[in-house]
Amino acid sequence: MDYFLTEEQQMIKETAAQIAKEKIEPIALEYDEEQKFPDEIVKVLGDADLFRVFIPEEYDGLGGGVFEMSLVVEELSKACGGIALSYAASGLGTIPIILFGTDEQKKKYLPKLAAGEMIAAFALTEPNAGSDASAIVTSAKSDGDDYVINGTKQWITNGGDASIYTVICMTDPTRGARGSSAVLVDKGTEGFDFGKKEDKMGIRASSTRELIFQDCRVPKTNILGKEGMGFMVAMKTFDQSRPGVAAQALGIAQGALDKAVAYSRERHQFGKPVSSFQGLQFMMADMATQIEAARALTYQVARNVDAGVKNIAGMSAMAKLMASDTAMKVTTDAVQIFGGYGYMKEYPVEKMMRDAKITQIYEGTNQIQREVIAMNLIKESMRKKG
Amino acid sequence: MNIVVCIKQVPDTTNVKINPETNTLIREGVESIINPFDMYAIEESLRVKEKMEGTVTILSMGPPQVEDALREAVSLGADNAILLSDRAFAGADTLATSLTLAEGIRKIGGVDLIFMGKQAMDGDTGQVGPGVAEHLGIPHITDIRKIEEISEKEVILERLLEEGYVRLKAGLPIVLTVVKEINEPRLPSLRGKMAAKKAEITVWGVEDLKSNTDLVGLNGSPTQVMKIFSPPKPEGGKVFTGEPVDSVKALLKELRDGGIQLGVGGEKE
Repeated sequence: MDYFLTEEQQMIKETAAQIAKEKIEPIALEYDEEQKFPDEIVKVLGDADLFRVFIPEEYDGLGGGVFEMSLVVEELSKACGGIALSYAASGLGTIPIILFGTDEQKKKYLPKLAAGEMIAAFALTEPNAGSDASAIVTSAKSDGDDYVINGTKQWITNGGDASIYTVICMTDPTRGARGSSAVLVDKGTEGFDFGKKEDKMGIRASSTRELIFQDCRVPKTNILGKEGMGFMVAMKTFDQSRPGVAAQALGIAQGALDKAVAYSRERHQFGKPVSSFQGLQFMMADMATQIEAARALTYQVARNVDAGVKNIAGMSAMAKLMASDTAMKVTTDAVQIFGGYGYMKEYPVEKMMRDAKITQIYEGTNQIQREVIAMNLIKESMRKKG
Repeated sequence: MNIVVCIKQVPDTTNVKINPETNTLIREGVESIINPFDMYAIEESLRVKEKMEGTVTILSMGPPQVEDALREAVSLGADNAILLSDRAFAGADTLATSLTLAEGIRKIGGVDLIFMGKQAMDGDTGQVGPGVAEHLGIPHITDIRKIEEISEKEVILERLLEEGYVRLKAGLPIVLTVVKEINEPRLPSLRGKMAAKKAEITVWGVEDLKSNTDLVGLNGSPTQVMKIFSPPKPEGGKVFTGEPVDSVKALLKELRDGGIQLGVGGEKE
């Protein structure tokens, strides 16, 4: 289907697709097996200017937005959802700086992030604060011109590999969610360390680690927005980043469908290619239809986000929900089409099925997405009735 | 450092076909690419530029569509691109081609270093690099696998031999042709692609180069391609199918029945 990409968007898509095919696909299974962080791929992505696409031009970016970032994430995810995540999560870490950073903060970080010289991360989740983000206990206590941060963040993508972290902390625990603030912490700051590296089911090339803060002192100028805005920074960031997760899911799904169709033409049973059997044809038809529907939704949401449409939370959640459920279904069916071979690690769809699962869980579980969508529905209905 | 890279646009021969009646390449539907060996030459020129500062100019002779190849080279980081294109250049063999390229290099002026791939994947002659050097009256070294050191005056490099390599030192200016061991070509960047789209491609013809029309193109080519053909497909043969044990038995029987003496051992049935 033609999504009427501009010449520049087409160029972005092709650049990402070439890297996915030539640089990522050949190493994807090895990186998955060894849980290796893709340093050299990050360099390739940086050299190709792909980190620039969603950063404003005045900070050495190319001035695109969520849609351009999603195009990149989708193409990279066709080859490896894990490696694509390292890129997407840097985007997640960069978005709050773009949205809420002062000019000084932007000048300090965005040009380096644009060049791929450093990558970013975003830290909200804690051992006891997942879907209920207001339950975080990591604190940032005011002390003169500084904040002193204490606590542990869990499951932080790019943890240890990112140079700059947006950390959501409690600056006033008495006020609950309204007492949280978003604080920038540089890697290497005294009192900021990394805990264990998680051993994951999928997206194994991306690193997922604990962040440990022990009397970590950062200047108050490192705050994003104002005190008490932490929760809002997080939610606004997710509104923008969820299409990226949707794009990751889409890429994984498309990659799995492409592999399944190609395999069905090669594999012969009963003297015929298995693609000639209607049972498989119907499966592939459904997979393709679901992917296309998810893509249409994701692209349109990303374009809405970039156009500055208000109240994007609901639609952004819809894109993430639909694309990730599609990815799970499509990759499961792809394994089915591969039959016994699909269950084996030498064939790529086994990994794709594992990679797909996380897209239903992170950046808000799909249950949370449904809640966001429902709350918007209800609010909208109340507003209409007045 | 003033660097020139000579490139050739070639059909992507992974899917090239030959018209059996006219004995020419079927170009329709076949993608044109930069000769793969020239990609290594472009990469090496960019590495030298990054180390030494200077400019990289891409030079090619061919029809107007070669502009695409030149733009691709610019997207990788080359500074300028010049296309030598004129009806009079058509039908050139390696002698005439290297003369025209040499005239282009002379017109650019003050060139220190000329890179090329060791050969083009369509013609496979490997003659144009040395030819250009001869026309310019400067030295050349072929099959470079590594540039160890380079200064404004000289270059120390490794030249690939059939077994091993030889380390050489040479003065500039010089023509160097490279093998694929020399580097891993970079991919184009987005900024590069955008620059390439806007890049001005200079086109020079016979009059710009003040070429002697008796010495260029078909007129200046003592060699001509008479015929291009695919090697004939092997005919006959017999395929033994079934379980390996059975098909091997059948093969051995066939060989014996044909009176072929088999070697010692390993043939017990």
